[in-house]
Amino acid sequence: MDKVTRLASEKGVVIFTKSSCCLCYAVNILFHELGVRPVVHEIDHDPEGREMEKALLRLGCTAPVPAVFIGGKLMGSTNEIMSLHLSGSLTQMLKPYQALS
Amino acid sequence: MSVYDPIHQISMWGEGFKSNGNLSASVPLIDEPDMKLDSQSEDASHGILGEPNKYDQEANKPTDKIQRRLAQNREAARKSRLRKKAYVQQLESSRLKLMQLEQELERARQQGMYIGGGLDSNHLGFAGSVNSGITTFETEYGHWVNEQNRQITELRSALNAHIGDMELRILVDGMMSHYAEIFRMKSAAAKADVFYVMSGMWKTTAERFFLWIGGFRPSELLKVLGPLIEPLTEQQRLDIYTLGQSCQQAEDALSQGMDKLRQLLADSVAAGQFMEGTYIPQMTSAMENLEALVSFVNQADHLRQGTLQQMSRILTIRQAARCLLALGEYFQRLRALSSLWSNRPREPA
Repeated sequence: MDKVTRLASEKGVVIFTKSSCCLCYAVNILFHELGVRPVVHEIDHDPEGREMEKALLRLGCTAPVPAVFIGGKLMGSTNEIMSLHLSGSLTQMLKPYQALS
Repeated sequence: MSVYDPIHQISMWGEGFKSNGNLSASVPLIDEPDMKLDSQSEDASHGILGEPNKYDQEANKPTDKIQRRLAQNREAARKSRLRKKAYVQQLESSRLKLMQLEQELERARQQGMYIGGGLDSNHLGFAGSVNSGITTFETEYGHWVNEQNRQITELRSALNAHIGDMELRILVDGMMSHYAEIFRMKSAAAKADVFYVMSGMWKTTAERFFLWIGGFRPSELLKVLGPLIEPLTEQQRLDIYTLGQSCQQAEDALSQGMDKLRQLLADSVAAGQFMEGTYIPQMTSAMENLEALVSFVNQADHLRQGTLQQMSRILTIRQAARCLLALGEYFQRLRALSSLWSNRPREPA
């Protein structure tokens, strides 16, 4: 879906969430702890939300939300992000996007 | 009829030893006393042996028959006494075995083995039905702990015996698969009753003291195990430190997500309290929040399993074996502590 791909490439770190989703909230907290300010799109407040949800699943995301994109590329949902972080890869990937403190 | 009734006793021995072939089929025990009487009081011509004309042939024949019958009776009585002796011996050794088993059980309990029961079996689901998903989990968990204890003992012996890396790898892989198994079981149990899993209901009291979202906190475990797997290379030390940091951050994120979930749940239960007719919708959204709990438990377990996998990646096979041994023993000691605590002598009120 164009909208999803477009939004995903707009910034370095993009997360698609739902406002009621607490796991999405947790993933966002994690990125903040790593010094990154992701762009968050709440698809339940988007008129095309249902289309976006389907598109995210089609792109291969294990759960529609949270869907994390880094550098325009789909990294996955909570499971994948956690695994990437434990292996140390996430920090590496986020280096270019970390806010200068 | 009391057990000390001789007739009863005789038939008991008969029951127990027929198959041993000790009883000769031609001498039914229970008829014994009767036959004795018959042979003495009855007119020989009635033919106990069914041969009345034998009396006419020889004068000594009836005496011989009586003698033979007496000898047979003596023999049967002797055999009966032997059977009684054997039976009593069997009872005695069974009693000893029972005492031994009871002692073993007590010892095992103190060492932290899981011996069924001792759990609050109040897993009533909706409409008061027993939650079979949870009872299944509890049964399987008992088996899991016993297998865990067996693997720990095996690993300890293997390390002490200085076995080679190849064999050690098999044991390590076996233990890692075993951990994968408990996480699978917990996932199924969470679907059956997420609160049960969240509260760590299957764990002992000391284990529950350290509970974090239905299990152990990975970063805490790394802190405890770290010193036990020295010596480490500088790179390993750095890698473990980094892993610990990542764990801590992931745990914090999940904990905050849980706090948000609690907030949402509280709000949805409280919402519309003063408005009539809105009860059902609020409960529906509350129910949705509870569904989210299942994903949190799964995420926490995913973090635990991920930590174990990363550790085995950082360490050599021998270090990984020592690490898994230390981990297993740590939980055994926690379980034993729970047992000791609950059995401690208390001051009378």
